[in-house]
Amino acid sequence: MILVNLEIRDNEIKKSSLEALSEGKRKADELNTDAAAVLTGHNLESLADKAFAFGASKVYLLENALFAHYSPQAYAQALASLVEEIKPEILFFSATAMGKDLAPRLAAKLGVSMASDCIQTEIKEGKLEILRPIYAGKALLAVRFKSSPQIATLRPNVFPLLEASEDSGEVVRKDVIIAEEDIKGRVAEIVREEGAELDVTEADIIVSGGRGLKGPENFDLIRDIASLLPHSAVGASRSAVDAGWIDHQHQVGQTGKTVSPNLYMAFGISGAIQHLAGMSSSKYIVAVNKDAEAPIFKVADFGVVGDLFQVIPHLKEEIKKAREE
Amino acid sequence: MNIYVFVKRVPDTESKIRIDHETNAIVEEGLSFVLNPYDEYAVEEALRLREAKGGQVTVFSVGTEENTVILKKCLAMGADEAVLIKDGAGETYDGLRTARIIAQVLTQKYSDYSLLLFGKQSVGADNAQIPAMIAELLGLPQVNVVTKLDIEGSEGEALREIEGASEKVSFSLPAIISAQKGLNEPRYETLKGIMMAKKKEIPVVDVQELGLSEEDLAVRLDIVRMESPPEREAGKIIEDEPSEAAKKLVEFLHNEAKLI
Repeated sequence: MILVNLEIRDNEIKKSSLEALSEGKRKADELNTDAAAVLTGHNLESLADKAFAFGASKVYLLENALFAHYSPQAYAQALASLVEEIKPEILFFSATAMGKDLAPRLAAKLGVSMASDCIQTEIKEGKLEILRPIYAGKALLAVRFKSSPQIATLRPNVFPLLEASEDSGEVVRKDVIIAEEDIKGRVAEIVREEGAELDVTEADIIVSGGRGLKGPENFDLIRDIASLLPHSAVGASRSAVDAGWIDHQHQVGQTGKTVSPNLYMAFGISGAIQHLAGMSSSKYIVAVNKDAEAPIFKVADFGVVGDLFQVIPHLKEEIKKAREE
Repeated sequence: MNIYVFVKRVPDTESKIRIDHETNAIVEEGLSFVLNPYDEYAVEEALRLREAKGGQVTVFSVGTEENTVILKKCLAMGADEAVLIKDGAGETYDGLRTARIIAQVLTQKYSDYSLLLFGKQSVGADNAQIPAMIAELLGLPQVNVVTKLDIEGSEGEALREIEGASEKVSFSLPAIISAQKGLNEPRYETLKGIMMAKKKEIPVVDVQELGLSEEDLAVRLDIVRMESPPEREAGKIIEDEPSEAAKKLVEFLHNEAKLI
């Protein structure tokens, strides 16, 4: 069996979890086995249908009032007892903030090594082989596991979603006994900035700005373009972040986030090696830069040599026109 | 407050990575190695906590004598002590192995701590596994990817970055924290610090002396191959009037990328 951990945010299963489940189902088919999903939290029943629609034949609900707030310690304990009972061969998480926090804790509890942030999975000789970027994407590592279950976190936005089916399946409820005093750390609240934007790791389109913007106020130009494009996020180069023009959450590159959106738009970003490493796996890259020699043009599918301050106003009009058609 | 910080030696982020396909490892020759950038935030946070609350900061690194350079850097920044955990295995990309070694060192030799600080990941293996693994092995609470940390007595509160928001996490000490960029602004080494670091002796703990079994030290990931990412083909670069250029760019997005 392949077990996929599904993450809940704002009472919904995250899209990246459904991507991981879709991939789990594809690999389960190759192995002639089933994909199952597990949800941890409180009052989960209504969410199971979504898991069936994306490939799960069974959905395990780990419920406890204490799980309403995320605690890696408590969640790992609950997941470990399920894994020990049902013994899946493979366990997938999405490589989200929660997946990256929880999967290694569970792996250590089970005493197995794991692979982070995978971008490709294959079945070879009945075993999982994964491909993952290292050095922020400057190299790729293909890895198999010497222990079981084989645990991997899968990078969001990389694995295609299955077409949602009308299928149904079995809901298995597991009451988890856990003592409140055993939980030594937990989320007290989620703090959202006013007008919080989509995270770069989850966006289909990233509109990114660099040093060429000349000042923090000009990130409004970047935000303007992003606001015209659905499922888009605002990105930034390290030099723009280090200059204090925009928060680090937006930084793309080796000391920021490694991203693989459908479209990466780079404005005034020259393309330092640590930046290129973080975004070169984007499906399409377009760039606007004054300097024809900028390294960003070596990875761009379409580049405009020109002044971004002159190009962007026209670009906004053209995008609006195209979107209206 | 006794604070331990764990640091790693990694290739500079400006480095080009070359691969030795025979050994499935990166070519180290010609690379410049630095203190992992995220670990700098961890060291800085430890120093600030010591300055505010008193106590001691000890820095640990797993690896060979080559790691002395980054340990000395931490001492020069202001850490009180540094310890080398000697392990000749090199980069295994296996987080659990390193986590087991560190957990064993802590249990056996350095069990008096309030806070264990890490960078949120190394820029290299990019695993982001070890802090959570050690937390589990030692039964401690963890807060990863932290951008703000407050400690009051035996309780702490931290902000940790998640997608488009932050989680405010409350926890009890001892605890494991991993630092994200934005937590603080790391200080530079002072000349005095550098001089003192030079003279400072760095004790060595050998992994072979920790009573870990061969199985504990075994690498449980099988590296099948290492490869360079596919090179992107050069695209179309135009130089045109801004209005024309914008039009052509959107045409590309519409007709070829089919995104707009």
